[in-house]
Amino acid sequence: MAVITAGARDSGVVAWRNLMNVRRQPDLLLGATLQPIMFVLLFAYVFGGSIGGDADAYREFLMGGIFAQTVAFNSAYTTLGMAADLDKGVIDRFRSLPMSRAAVLLGRTSADLAVSALGLVVMAVCGLIVGWRIRGSLLDAVAAFALLLLFSFAMSWIGAWVGMVSGNVQVAQSAGFIWMFPFAFISSAFVSASSMPGFLRTIAEWNPVTAAADAARTLFENPRPGILGTSDAWPAQHPVLWSLICSLIILAIFVPLAVGKYRKVASK
Amino acid sequence: MPEFGGALSGDGATLRDMSSVAVRAEGLVKTFGSTRALDGVDLEIPTGTVLGLLGPNGAGKTTTVRILTTLLRPDAGKAFVAGHDVAADPQAVRRSIGLSGQYAAVDENLTGTENLYMVGRLYGLSRADARARAAELVGRFRLVDAADRPARTYSGGMRRRLDLAGALVAAPAVVVLDEPTTGLDPRGRMDTWEVIGELVADGTTVLLTTQYLEEADQLADRILVIDRGRVIAAGTADQLKAGVGGERLDIVVADAGELAAARAALSAVGVGEPDVDEHQRKLSIKVDTGPKALVEALRLLDRDSVGVLDVGLHRPTLDDVFLALTGHAAEEDAPQPEKKRRKKGDS
Repeated sequence: MAVITAGARDSGVVAWRNLMNVRRQPDLLLGATLQPIMFVLLFAYVFGGSIGGDADAYREFLMGGIFAQTVAFNSAYTTLGMAADLDKGVIDRFRSLPMSRAAVLLGRTSADLAVSALGLVVMAVCGLIVGWRIRGSLLDAVAAFALLLLFSFAMSWIGAWVGMVSGNVQVAQSAGFIWMFPFAFISSAFVSASSMPGFLRTIAEWNPVTAAADAARTLFENPRPGILGTSDAWPAQHPVLWSLICSLIILAIFVPLAVGKYRKVASK
Repeated sequence: MPEFGGALSGDGATLRDMSSVAVRAEGLVKTFGSTRALDGVDLEIPTGTVLGLLGPNGAGKTTTVRILTTLLRPDAGKAFVAGHDVAADPQAVRRSIGLSGQYAAVDENLTGTENLYMVGRLYGLSRADARARAAELVGRFRLVDAADRPARTYSGGMRRRLDLAGALVAAPAVVVLDEPTTGLDPRGRMDTWEVIGELVADGTTVLLTTQYLEEADQLADRILVIDRGRVIAAGTADQLKAGVGGERLDIVVADAGELAAARAALSAVGVGEPDVDEHQRKLSIKVDTGPKALVEALRLLDRDSVGVLDVGLHRPTLDDVFLALTGHAAEEDAPQPEKKRRKKGDS
């Protein structure tokens, strides 16, 4: 019990430190807020008309995908943050302190979760402007945002691990993003999985990004434009449950992996 | 150091006087790939003393520090810090040490006070204690004026002072300083030396690594010279210098025409032949009899009416020691340097 209390306190201190960094250097927030706005506008007005047939219907469908993709991409902030701390020797200092071994990671992923939440608010406002609506109940809407934040938190732990494996900011700058592109786009975030060739279709159907996007659409009750084919794969039929399972699986794998790496990682 | 905080004394981890040896390492070995970074290093630091770990880049200094501060596990050998086994009870070791690394590991966006507050909290101090301790250290390290400014606005010397203050937040029994002045300008170096001097006066045990011989000479009670992963000499600065042997008598004559007479006079009092720098009209010879040789040389020079501009008796510097021990100068890179990066803004 004392271990957990100390761990929570240490994590809180690290999260405070990371949030102070965001506050003192607000340009760190530009990526987390401007990028989603850019994506909403790009997909809604540039691609929208040709991908989904009816542009208005597509814009409404689109938002679930944007939400899911953006919180997934936010894991890159965790990657960069961990790599920068390694680079500057801050991790060495933390590792020489009698603090909880998970606190540096939990503090960072929690702070990044707060940044993600801010990004979701910006996107939601932007979405409402281009015609997206929450059609379900308030409770379902809260559940949708909670699922997205859980997904964001899980992705952040992958990001923390990638950051420590990269070891420095230069490598992290490419390593943090490069795996995200196939991960985010081989999904039904913006298109229908049923339009993909067999092998990719299976990946897209089971992809956690697809799950998060479809779960959000289901809970917000945003209809799928008729022109986009539907899938009868199990995840497509149970998007909310599958999204929850995905996030928990990611956490179950990457929390121990990241903590294990942190114990051995060296600032060089 | 002023005794600080019931917060830490309760668990017995910071017992400064628990034993007469604060740090002990036996047979440390660490291999990175094909490089044997440490090849059986032994060391012992009596409580309340300063050990200078001296060696060129890549000698194994940082690896030794990383093992003693629990950042790295040795492949073989044992190490105890403040009575705790670094392998078996690293968390107890961490409670007993303060580390200040080569690259001032301060958070750029936090203020000086916030940096120290954060470290205090992570040592387990209460909010109030951490705040009080931060204020105290900011004063002691002459950072009061800058205390509420983000650390990114600090000079290299100020950053280093802040980092050093961070190592002292919990008033640890053992402070480990890894090249505390590397990359600092002379002013920053003097500042840092002053702080380390105060620490020593307060009875803290200090392990100091450096590649500056002058620094070890100034600060360390005992010096361990390490090269290519092995301890090649140990002792006080005086012992190491005595090991090289003798003193040197240097004179500068007024006129180049007097060099021959001076050479004869020095040869009579010293060992072997003097080194002569004709351009600077300077002669230097090794002597065994110290001041006696000086007096005798002056007598001979006076008898021969040689005009003397400058005269001095010099004991060997640690640079001479290093050269004699390793066959290469201290600040020259060893063949297989450890990975090093220079911290921006630390100039």
